[in-house]
Amino acid sequence: MKQFEILGKKDTRSGFGEGLLEIGRKNPDVVALCADLTGSLKMDAFLKEFPERFFQAGIAEANMIGMAAGMTIGGKIPYTGTFANFSTGRVYDQIRQSVAYSQKNVKICASHAGLTLGEDGATHQILEDIGMMRMLPNMTVIVPADFNQTKQATMAIADHFGPVYLRFGRPVVPIFVQPDAKFIIGKADLLIEGTDVTIIACGHLVWKSIEAAQQLAEQGISAEVINMHTIKPLDEKAILDSVRKTKCVVTAEEHMLNGGLGDAVAQVLARHLPSPQEYVGVNDTFGESGTPDELMVKYGLDTPNIVEAVKKVIKRK
Amino acid sequence: MEIQQLQAIATQVRRDIVRMVSGVNSGHPGGSLGCTDFLTVLYFEFMKHNPDHFSMDGKDEDLFFLSNGHISPVWYSVLARAGYFPIEELGTFRKLNARLQGHPSVDKKIPGVRMASGSLGQGLSNGIGAALTKKLNNDDRLIYTLHGDGELQEGQIWEAALYAAANKVDNLIATVDYNGRQIDGDVDDVLSLGDLKGKWQAFGWEVLEMDGHNYSDLIETLNKAKNMTGNGKPIIIIMKTEMGQGVDYMVGSHKWHGVAPNAEQLQLALDQLEETLGDY
Repeated sequence: MKQFEILGKKDTRSGFGEGLLEIGRKNPDVVALCADLTGSLKMDAFLKEFPERFFQAGIAEANMIGMAAGMTIGGKIPYTGTFANFSTGRVYDQIRQSVAYSQKNVKICASHAGLTLGEDGATHQILEDIGMMRMLPNMTVIVPADFNQTKQATMAIADHFGPVYLRFGRPVVPIFVQPDAKFIIGKADLLIEGTDVTIIACGHLVWKSIEAAQQLAEQGISAEVINMHTIKPLDEKAILDSVRKTKCVVTAEEHMLNGGLGDAVAQVLARHLPSPQEYVGVNDTFGESGTPDELMVKYGLDTPNIVEAVKKVIKRK
Repeated sequence: MEIQQLQAIATQVRRDIVRMVSGVNSGHPGGSLGCTDFLTVLYFEFMKHNPDHFSMDGKDEDLFFLSNGHISPVWYSVLARAGYFPIEELGTFRKLNARLQGHPSVDKKIPGVRMASGSLGQGLSNGIGAALTKKLNNDDRLIYTLHGDGELQEGQIWEAALYAAANKVDNLIATVDYNGRQIDGDVDDVLSLGDLKGKWQAFGWEVLEMDGHNYSDLIETLNKAKNMTGNGKPIIIIMKTEMGQGVDYMVGSHKWHGVAPNAEQLQLALDQLEETLGDY
């Protein structure tokens, strides 16, 4: 089985910050807006180098999204930055009308997504955002897996015309994507080849899925691992090619089971290749305060939960 | 353009409005009729724009954003009469497969519309964004926005108001259609705006007032507003209008906010509005 070297450890939001700075240098049309979370979003470097292209919106997210939509008229490529909760639920109607329906080239960049936001608790731990964003016509939804991939995705979305939701997070996690990898929107990464089960994951759950596959290999179970960094448009071919071979699937995400990656994969399988599926995700409940690691264990999003789900789904074949 | 010519266009626009909403038995005639004189003056006298070659980016053009999207009939009529699309297309308003959606949209590629609107309170933010891009692009043309008075009850308007003043967005002229009416009744009864002029002044805006049906006042005030741009402050015009202006049985009543006249009522309205440029 392919072994993954840990190249370092960093937070994915820092990948966003570096990617924004680099794409800012390459593309003068890139502008950034932030709702009073410049440090948290790691947008300071962009602000320092391009103060005239940085717009501090204050704690007024609805206006920020509306302005970003307006800024596209005349050719700018606005990147908005705030926490995932305030990037989606708080401004759903603004995104729906001024961005998605109006087909505006806005990049909605969302940090501190999911339970790993940690101690701030459920008010800030949004677990519904992928669902909300993937329901919107015209919207592309990207959830990169580590620092390098977040940086690559941040740069890649500037070359894609249309609304994008880019979701990343706060905790320091292993880096395993090569720094020179090419990020292709809508093209899943097949990380590990296997024959007994397909594990499809996004975001922080991708590394945990790699760990799960290693543990399963020791127990004689061959797991295929796919990093589904683009939830919409979904790489249906990657799913079907894999599940045709393995005959069962486990999806893993730091999101509500309703509406997330698991739902998206299930839709594809239901239409083309009905197969046993188990889900790793949050089951219709809000989060709470705690450390990121504690929360991932308590809410069933840890490596052993993936291993367990794999064993369960294989029995259903 | 002479005031008489502008008035002739406006009368035809009013005919278009009542025919459009009556034709599909839906739509919003009240606010549309109230803003007819303003939009006619804006498009035919003030804005530098390019109806023959519409471009989304609107480089070196003045841009207009209709925030209260429900008064789409007046905007569509003015756009058509200005040459953005064939006048006959007004007959497709609100019909299946039409580019003229009930509320303005861009996904059907109707020339002249750069932003969807309808869910209220978003147009000022959109306009500010476009104004910021104009500045970045060293494009010295202006942004105009129009808002309903009831719409000012939306919180996003005040977020935008704060932003524009704090950041000296001085290439934007917003206008409020101050007719005092909204769906449920008088604005004062539903949720009073209180001292509206004082509120905008306190937010740091230049505030002008005008009579939305007096052409000399419209032209003079818009000129004044234009001359005030570039001075570090956003500008808003509180425009007094009558909902339903031009059709006697509609004037001043909120009842015609979102109700279309029937065939008999339509004839009554058309009898009061001379056909000046030819019906669609």
